[in-house]
Amino acid sequence: MKKIALNGAGLLVALFAAFPVYWMISTSLKPSNEIFSATPQPVPTHPTLAHYREILTGNLIPGVSFLDFFLNSALVAVSTVVLSGLVALLAATAVARFRFKLRTSFLIMLLVVQMIPLEALVIPLFLMIQRLGLYNTLPSLILTYLGFSLPFAVWMLRGFVAAVPKELEEAAAIDGASRAQIFRRVLFPLVAPGLVATSIFSFITAWNELIFALTFINDQGSYTLPVAMTFFFGRDDTNWGPVMAASTLFTLPVIIFFLLVQRRMVSGLVAGAVKG
Amino acid sequence: MSTQTKSSETAAARETPVRRRRRVDRLPYLLLLPALLIIGVLLLWPLGQVVVMSFYRLNSVRQLRGDREWPWVGLGNYADILSDPFFLTVLRNTVLFAAANVLLTMVLGTLVGLLLNRLGRKMATFVASCVMLAWATPALTGTIVWKWIFDDTSGLVTWLFNALPDGLSNGLFGRSDWTGYGWFNSPLLFFAILTLVVVWHSFPFIAVSVLAGLKSVPSELHEAARVDGASPWRVFWKITFPLLRPVFGILIVLSTIWDFKVFTQQFVLAGGTQDRPTFMLAIYSYAEAFSPPPKYGLGAAIAVILTLILLVVTGFYVRMVLRQEDES
Repeated sequence: MKKIALNGAGLLVALFAAFPVYWMISTSLKPSNEIFSATPQPVPTHPTLAHYREILTGNLIPGVSFLDFFLNSALVAVSTVVLSGLVALLAATAVARFRFKLRTSFLIMLLVVQMIPLEALVIPLFLMIQRLGLYNTLPSLILTYLGFSLPFAVWMLRGFVAAVPKELEEAAAIDGASRAQIFRRVLFPLVAPGLVATSIFSFITAWNELIFALTFINDQGSYTLPVAMTFFFGRDDTNWGPVMAASTLFTLPVIIFFLLVQRRMVSGLVAGAVKG
Repeated sequence: MSTQTKSSETAAARETPVRRRRRVDRLPYLLLLPALLIIGVLLLWPLGQVVVMSFYRLNSVRQLRGDREWPWVGLGNYADILSDPFFLTVLRNTVLFAAANVLLTMVLGTLVGLLLNRLGRKMATFVASCVMLAWATPALTGTIVWKWIFDDTSGLVTWLFNALPDGLSNGLFGRSDWTGYGWFNSPLLFFAILTLVVVWHSFPFIAVSVLAGLKSVPSELHEAARVDGASPWRVFWKITFPLLRPVFGILIVLSTIWDFKVFTQQFVLAGGTQDRPTFMLAIYSYAEAFSPPPKYGLGAAIAVILTLILLVVTGFYVRMVLRQEDES
């Protein structure tokens, strides 16, 4: 009896959590008359890819298609990932491998800057972007997201670097390897999986971001996907079929990446609180 | 140049530990330099700059570009904001919204965490996977889907209310036809839906963290208490909660920080920055600065107020994390 109650509660939670995602995909596959019918269909009775075809082949604004926005977003996110991964790896090595005077101060600073409300930085960063002449360009966003993703990336990579046994590096040093060689040949290959996990977080940060993209880009051809979505969807009579198809295409890569690394997310955020 | 540093590095690596310890090693600082530069220029400098900007009257982009003068107004922007009764509305919205959302997220997340811990292996995996979906969904698209669910003509909720027996619907709400009903029009209803969206997005993190904490607690304690006939309520407050107190502390602080600065969900749900009665600090600051006519100085002052509030909360967070770093 108790078992049934527990399982029932579990099913309710699962339904609440997963339903919107299911409904998004389901709607995207329904023909328009089913979407706007008086009685909603739980499952598409006549599944169709028409909405996907419409957004992938048509132009959202003259001369610019969904794919162009997709590419803008991908370009920004991938550039952020590469830069942030590189810089974070150097800093994480410093923190995990050396004892130096400002080490603790640096770690505290990492924690504190992660708590800066980024929403409060829109105005001063807008000023900086204007001064640098980067307004309306994708590099303005790459630069911004690099700053946002770096502290968490260093914090997370630190654990991965520390997990590599120091003896390996010492052995290499005894064999006469230089520090650069040790870094490249010993440390880097062992930290690579951690670097992948960290990169995925930076990717998701950059891919999902809306406010800064909304503020720094005015030229419609340079919109990232989130901005294009709010624009494309902010009209009065919303055509939910294509909107749900676009949402699905935007969401799927994030869900796939996210599921690959979610466990590290918990340990990164509640650092040290949970001992397993 | 590069060969020179390389050979000196090799020499350093070969040095005996004693000699190496005596010298100040510059390498860690070199490795930190790029990260420090980026954090300094892209996070700390803007943080200082937003304070500076809040002391000026900045009403055009030309001033930002440096083509025009910046008239100093001292605390003028703050005086304008604090003397405006609208600020009280915004502050009340922000605080009440954050309080309600932290409470609901924590309660739901903890309950789901406890539930996942009690379910059988297969069921737990299934429920956890569904919960992950809600967590993984980007704020933007998650909110768009909820907006579709609350659509005033073909949305699921509108259909559900239409499906209620007319007598019941009339008796409870005074209307039986819900087609065209604006779910987002009254501030209270808007906040209720926004809360639903934000809690849906944020309870998975709490649930998974609580579950991870529970797994680290020896299960004998719970079993012993249960054998002694303690109710689940007592077991939670007398055993589980005290053991997981540090985890709960951090989770509450993180949730508070996140719920104080909700932006994307509100922006998408309200369809922009026109719905002033539902403003909270983050969107208020943005709207003052960027909706025409732009008032960058005023927006900056609101951003400073938001930051100061969060700074206090952050202080608690850092103290808690550091204490746990020491313990482990």
